[in-house]
Amino acid sequence: MANTRDVLVAGGGIAGLAVALAVRRAAPMARVAVADPAFADPAFADPALASAGPTQGRRTLRAVAVAAGSRRFLDALGAWEPVAAAAQPMVEMVITDSREADAPRPVFLDFDGEAEPGEPFAHMVFQDDLRAAVLRAATENGVELVPDRVSGFRREGGAALAIEAGGTASRARLLVAADGGRSRLREAAGIATVGWDYPQSGIVATLSHEIPHDGRATQHFLPGGPLAILPMRAADGSERRFSLVWSVPHVEAARLLALAPADFIAALEARIGFAYGALTLEDRPAAYPLRLVLPRALVAERFALLGDAARTIHPLAGQGLNLGLRDAAALAEAVAEPLGLGLDPADPSVLDAYARARRFDAVLMAGATDGLNRLFSNDSLPARVLRDVGLGLVDRVPALKRLFIRDASGLSGAVPDRFRR
Amino acid sequence: MPQPTAPTDYGPATRVDGADVARYDALGDAWWDPKGAMAPLHRLNPTRLRYIRDLIVRHFAVGADAPLPLAGLSILDIGSGGGLLSEPLARLGGRVTGIDPAPNNVAVAARHAAEAGVAVDYRATTAETLAEAGDLFDVVLALEVVEHVPDPDAFVMTACGLVRPGGLFVLSTLNRTAKSFALAIVGAEYVLRWLPRGTHDWNQFRTPDEIATPVRLAGLKLLDRTGMVFDPLRNSWGLSRDTDVNYLVSAKRPA
Repeated sequence: MANTRDVLVAGGGIAGLAVALAVRRAAPMARVAVADPAFADPAFADPALASAGPTQGRRTLRAVAVAAGSRRFLDALGAWEPVAAAAQPMVEMVITDSREADAPRPVFLDFDGEAEPGEPFAHMVFQDDLRAAVLRAATENGVELVPDRVSGFRREGGAALAIEAGGTASRARLLVAADGGRSRLREAAGIATVGWDYPQSGIVATLSHEIPHDGRATQHFLPGGPLAILPMRAADGSERRFSLVWSVPHVEAARLLALAPADFIAALEARIGFAYGALTLEDRPAAYPLRLVLPRALVAERFALLGDAARTIHPLAGQGLNLGLRDAAALAEAVAEPLGLGLDPADPSVLDAYARARRFDAVLMAGATDGLNRLFSNDSLPARVLRDVGLGLVDRVPALKRLFIRDASGLSGAVPDRFRR
Repeated sequence: MPQPTAPTDYGPATRVDGADVARYDALGDAWWDPKGAMAPLHRLNPTRLRYIRDLIVRHFAVGADAPLPLAGLSILDIGSGGGLLSEPLARLGGRVTGIDPAPNNVAVAARHAAEAGVAVDYRATTAETLAEAGDLFDVVLALEVVEHVPDPDAFVMTACGLVRPGGLFVLSTLNRTAKSFALAIVGAEYVLRWLPRGTHDWNQFRTPDEIATPVRLAGLKLLDRTGMVFDPLRNSWGLSRDTDVNYLVSAKRPA
């Protein structure tokens, strides 16, 4: 069959598009496609449409933290420059720990973070902007877009036969499942998962405020769960907008979402104080149940998991997208070599190399964020003493702090050489 | 698995070894199983492909960012077997002819290429037959094949005769040294069981100098001699200056 592609990515999120783009950049002879029903929407087919309107063309104000390592990878792919202007550098990360009643929060950890001299350890960017930039770079580099959802697959004659929801089927030597935390293709591949639901929901909202944040991110570890304030650029370019990620027990989440905007802000101010001046909600707060999901394998015959499909972690450190981008870099690195030699990108040795490169990283991050959440979502005295001493120690040992910052910026661990720059 | 075919007329005894041909002919689909009988060749394949690709790109001055580095070049793969070399070279843009005296091999290779949507011209024929027809190619490859022919000198001269002026010849085989006896015969066939016993006859192995002689006699100029060594720790092959066991020889016909 003449229409067998080398790589078909199911799921056109940022990580899925990035892996397709990275494969084309590293192996220009490769036939690569991404399938996602969203591509049928003209705003996605033509990213130029996403540049006007009340939210400045964006469907949502949802933001993502791009660690320094991820930024370099995106830059190497030509997908960073378009979002750079609206990106908010995160130059400092403050971590506090206290009981609900104590306000203002004592500062226990103050990361003055630069990954390398002159480089912020992370940037906050609008998810829609980043997706549009990666999509544009992908199409410019010859990635084909399939406006349909891959609903299942089977192996047939040395290829994966992907079944699309519209009834068509297409062949690829490697099928990459980037179809999210509840990946159907992961299930279709027979890959079991381990994991659990947290008793918390994550509330996400965007707020504007009076007093500039100066690029400072803050994590408050509250007994109900962590609360993160992530600095964003406002519509006028000033540093007067932040993204809120607030983990609370499910019942509390339902209560907070039902509040009028003024009451929601009052509830928030009770936790974070008044350092930002008057707060205004820019969008409707939404809540997501928090889960940890780890698959028992990352690859199967002619099949690889990527992004949230490869693990869903507690959003505490904002590492989901960054892990997905590291997946993309590692998988592109692994398949570029055989593709450049005319060989099979889904050879078992190639997929094993990808799984080896990613397994440790994924479990480490899932374990670390899960452990932090469990340690901090707790009002018992021994746990409080333990974490205060622990964070205090980190703060007093400069070498440990640098390691922490490097880890948060995604520069430690298995970043493929091709994208290390 | 296909049944071994009935004895075929493989041509004059000087051309191919009938017993060897029958053994490879019986492999069938096992050629393409990376964990099957041909696993050792699958492991070796990336290393020899990298050598060939890089040599061709250098020799024919292909642009570094050409998406299809072998585009426009005619390539002859002698002893193409299941197509493990022919098919990747065609994917990189080469106009590949794969010849093998075993008809089953040709059928397996052709079916695999058709399934993959790759165009390769597979023929059940010999280098001698092509030479008699006067065919010429930009690149002639004889990889892991000279150790299976009864008259290696005549075979090498015939293969070199198929290289067009300005073209390349690449051959790989096993050296005849104490080390190759220990590793390729005792190690690979008896200890590790990578290969069926009797796959190779050490007495048929040729040293690089013995290969160089007919290459020069055929009017070609030697370019390079490189070893391929197996690293048991990484479970993979790499290029090396050590030509004691597996090695590659390349040569060009002056334009």
